[in-house]
Amino acid sequence: MASNVLFFLFAGFAIACAISMVYHKNPLYSAVSLVGVFIALSCIYITLAAPFIAAVQVLIYAGAIMVLVVFVIMLLNMDDDKPLSRLRYLYAVGGGLGLILLAQTFFIFYAVMRTPKHAVNADETAGNTLSIGTAMYTEYLLPVEIVGVLLLMAIIGGVILVRRFDPGHLKLVVDNELERRHEEDEKDDFRIAL
Amino acid sequence: MEPSLETYLALSGILFTIGAVGVIFKRNALGMFMCIELMLNAVNLTFVAFSRYYADVTGQLFVFMVMSVAAAEAAVGLGIIIAFFRNRISIDVDDASILKN
Amino acid sequence: MESVLKTAFPFIVTAAAIGAAFGGVMMVVAYTVLAERKVLGWIQGRIGPNRVGPWGLFQPFADLIKFIFKEDLTPDKSTKFVYFLAPLVALTCALLPMVVYPFGPQIADPLGWLVPYVAGITYVGDATVWIAEQARNMPLTIARIDVGVLFVLGITSVGVYGIALAGWSSNSKYSLMGGLRSSAQMISYELAMGASVLGVVMLAGTLDLKGIIYAQINSPFRWFIIPQFIGFMVFLIAAFAETNRVPFDLPEAETELVAGFHTEYSALKFALFFMAEYVNMFTVSVMCAVLFLGGWYVPGLDYIARFFGVQWLFGVGTIGYALISHAGFIFKICLFLFFYIWVRGTLPRFRFDQLMNFGWKFLLPVALANVILTIVVVYFLNS
Repeated sequence: MASNVLFFLFAGFAIACAISMVYHKNPLYSAVSLVGVFIALSCIYITLAAPFIAAVQVLIYAGAIMVLVVFVIMLLNMDDDKPLSRLRYLYAVGGGLGLILLAQTFFIFYAVMRTPKHAVNADETAGNTLSIGTAMYTEYLLPVEIVGVLLLMAIIGGVILVRRFDPGHLKLVVDNELERRHEEDEKDDFRIAL
Repeated sequence: MEPSLETYLALSGILFTIGAVGVIFKRNALGMFMCIELMLNAVNLTFVAFSRYYADVTGQLFVFMVMSVAAAEAAVGLGIIIAFFRNRISIDVDDASILKN
Repeated sequence: MESVLKTAFPFIVTAAAIGAAFGGVMMVVAYTVLAERKVLGWIQGRIGPNRVGPWGLFQPFADLIKFIFKEDLTPDKSTKFVYFLAPLVALTCALLPMVVYPFGPQIADPLGWLVPYVAGITYVGDATVWIAEQARNMPLTIARIDVGVLFVLGITSVGVYGIALAGWSSNSKYSLMGGLRSSAQMISYELAMGASVLGVVMLAGTLDLKGIIYAQINSPFRWFIIPQFIGFMVFLIAAFAETNRVPFDLPEAETELVAGFHTEYSALKFALFFMAEYVNMFTVSVMCAVLFLGGWYVPGLDYIARFFGVQWLFGVGTIGYALISHAGFIFKICLFLFFYIWVRGTLPRFRFDQLMNFGWKFLLPVALANVILTIVVVYFLNS
């Protein structure tokens, strides 16, 4: 009973925040609404006996990713989103896609509801940190390593993208590289000549 | 008495729909980025719900991977947005048309 | 009736616990403000507030009344909704970690002594027996979350929205600069802070704050400040930056930015920001005490009790033990709070580029090196 009430409370909050995110033209309002969605979802994860995922959800999504987004919004100091003036046909595309996806959602809802239920396997240990850690570093070690490499690549990519290259400096690097290659070629030529 | 599995799936589907429609309606890159994050979160919710109803930790591990990918996406995506803003003084995706014509 | 009461009992207990913890934290915070003004006064050769009550003891309440009755100004061009939301977010995020603080050891049988006296009385006797049964081994924590460390880190990282939104919505360039600086600073130092906690988590083998304390119990030489001294220093420095205190108070640097992100805030909204800052200091001090100084563990208390044969009064699990442990916990917190004030009276402010260089090029690598060192040591100790 209590978990039902909590679920519908947080689900309603999440949907309201999601709609407000799409509705608002101001990027900062959208960002704040999205943080609301994340926190509501985190609360739902707690009712699903997944405290670790709930904490990580707040820590990574609300605490890191969205802070970066808010930071960029403040840094760029943008004005409101423009209306779809040139691309009016996108309204039709978006509406159609929305209808299809909603229909799909209802189909899934009914299909799952009509399948015979097997008893909920209320294993409370499935969500705790120990079982997640054990699975992460035994069975799923390779994916975790790959994700680590991916994150490293993202960090380097982010730094390279945002970095302001001093044109003179860049030219110098290129020149040096060309000069070095030229010298090597000459050396090779020299060797061949010998 | 807990909500049943299909309730979570329905919530996830509704959030995903809102996110997908938002990607098409939003015209600035940051808004689209946020809508994509919303869609990823909707998928995470299904993972956690299934993980709960089959008492299997794998679903939660997938959520962890999705979060890492989202973090990587944020780092690169925001980098691209800032670089784009420097060049065009706008983050409207319709202005990203240098290669057109 | 009886079953309704029995169902409602956990809620009543939780509500009472939240009320007690909230009141206690607020009192500590109020007197931290007073202590800060007093200690700063002494450091600078002044007396500090001494007019309201003896030694100025009622000064916090006078300040509060002043904040309530001041005129509440809202800038004309501000974004109203976000402008109202920001102080609420700041204070809520500051107060939320309260629910996982381990305030003291669990008491084995807190109401057992009451049962013989009331056993004969109808209703009351039965009710007391039932409540005593429920209260057995109840830990002095509001919520038992087994990822306490992550919870605290997560909630404090959400707290940055309060400052960022305040800076953005005020529509003033000083506020915006303060908000920008603050979010950049908090993102940067959060990494070092998280990495410094990792060492402790690895040594304790748990993310639960209670478990971390139990890993350091029985001797002060098992406190994690000894094996994790580097982690402790990194945590302490990062904590100063996370709470926007001197020497890292760039977001509100009054010589450059008037008052930073809260330039446009007045009256009670300013008071909320002010309280949030001090509650954050309290949170960080609690985390320091729990992670590195053994939390509520008072060295030698159980030995003394055994030596003098007063285990019924101070032995492990009695009310006396819990009270003294709790006092020890508060003492450790006050030590860190005093350190905060002391540093404020001593050090000048960093420049922004110095702050960023220090965070990314020194603090984070040191914290990561500490993590790697700890991994190696833990691996060889376990194998």
